[in-house]
Amino acid sequence: MSHHQLDARRLLCPMPVIRAQNKVQELAPGDTLLVTCTDPGALLDIPAWCRINGHEVLEAGVNEDEEVLITIRVGG
Amino acid sequence: MGFRRRFSAIITGPFSESKRPTHRPMSTQRKAVSLISGGLDSMLATQAMLDQGIHVEGINFFTGFCVEGHTHAIRKRDKAKPKRNNALWVAEQLGIKLHIIDVIDEYKDVVLNPKHGYGSNLNPCLDCKCFMVRKAHEWIEQHGFDFIITGEVVGQRPMSQRRDTMPVIQRESGAEDRLLRPLCAKILPPTLPEREGWVDREKLFDFSGRGRKPQIALAKKMGIEDFAQPAGGCCFLTDAAYSSKLADLWQARGERRYEIDDIMLLKVGRHLRPRPHFKLIVGREEGENRFLEGYRKQFTHLYTTSHPGPLVLLDGEADSEDLQLAARLAARFSQGKNADTVRVELHEKGAEQRELDVVPLTNDEIPVEWYL
Ligand code: SF4
Repeated sequence: MSHHQLDARRLLCPMPVIRAQNKVQELAPGDTLLVTCTDPGALLDIPAWCRINGHEVLEAGVNEDEEVLITIRVGG
Repeated sequence: MGFRRRFSAIITGPFSESKRPTHRPMSTQRKAVSLISGGLDSMLATQAMLDQGIHVEGINFFTGFCVEGHTHAIRKRDKAKPKRNNALWVAEQLGIKLHIIDVIDEYKDVVLNPKHGYGSNLNPCLDCKCFMVRKAHEWIEQHGFDFIITGEVVGQRPMSQRRDTMPVIQRESGAEDRLLRPLCAKILPPTLPEREGWVDREKLFDFSGRGRKPQIALAKKMGIEDFAQPAGGCCFLTDAAYSSKLADLWQARGERRYEIDDIMLLKVGRHLRPRPHFKLIVGREEGENRFLEGYRKQFTHLYTTSHPGPLVLLDGEADSEDLQLAARLAARFSQGKNADTVRVELHEKGAEQRELDVVPLTNDEIPVEWYL
């Protein structure tokens, strides 16, 4: 089980979702992935993508730089 | 919302013995991939397949021109309520997986060299549909799926959904009769899934034409109450203003090509071309300015410092006279538009930054033809 990071800043939706999807495909169940985005739409889209595809969102929020941070646990 | 979710069910014949094509046992659940656009039609087509016990997963192609999401994300006034991605939302309502595929690079050839030409703007709809079904066909071959479904309806769109173009899509995509359009299947020749009995043709539909009534009625019957209303096309290429900006870009460059940054920037800001050899992109509000800031390194850019104003990117080549004009335009779009002089900071690509004191252009000095 390992932790990974993905920089999806400056990308507009749906690119952050696509990048997260492609990264998750490389990971094993139980791995975690922290995605950093600047498009606020990612706050809706990445969790929706996770719900659909059976991954868990451990944390989602916005930091003081208005970056969206989402931590995903890869489903089985 | 009263929507019924369907989960996997096992399909059990009846298969015609003589035509059983495959190695799979009869009870194997058949799998289809559905082209999900986010609109109602693909939603209905998918639900119809789920209702017949087919395992369906969605596929959505991101070409760079899709209307989904991003312009809303850029503009500040929409920020409090970011727009949902309709394809994801539809998939969630249907209870299916969705695969979003980045086809930005491959799609360029579709836009630049459409074999079947363009629609009323720079929308190459027929080539686009062939391309998407071809990609979906490649996908089903890689993933062991049996067929492809779309929400197409005969006669619904002037270019890609005509009776005579429907077979073109089947042929040129390579999907042939593994492409099923549940909403109008009954008025088209039977496809493989129908002939093999994977899908009951009798339970499919015979919709045609531009009317939306049958779709709305079917949605009601299926318990689908909330759906995105179709607005012309599914991408910016059907938009006249967008297409004319794209055509201008090609003309100014003397060649037809684009990068993803080009097509993104066409969605943002006011675009003015005061001279054939350069254009200006002027942020309209804070969200756009912030987005344009990401491009500062790549472009000569300017902004007013004596008054609040937009960030302006200059795309092309500009001599000192042109830069003066650009500064006067930047001043025009700032809060100092009525001031005697406005100070503008100019960051010329590959040069030291400098300041210019300029007289803002008046409205009358900006010909409408400058606006793209
Ligand atoms: S509207 Fe755009 S995405 Fe839809 S078929 Fe036409 S070119 Fe393709």
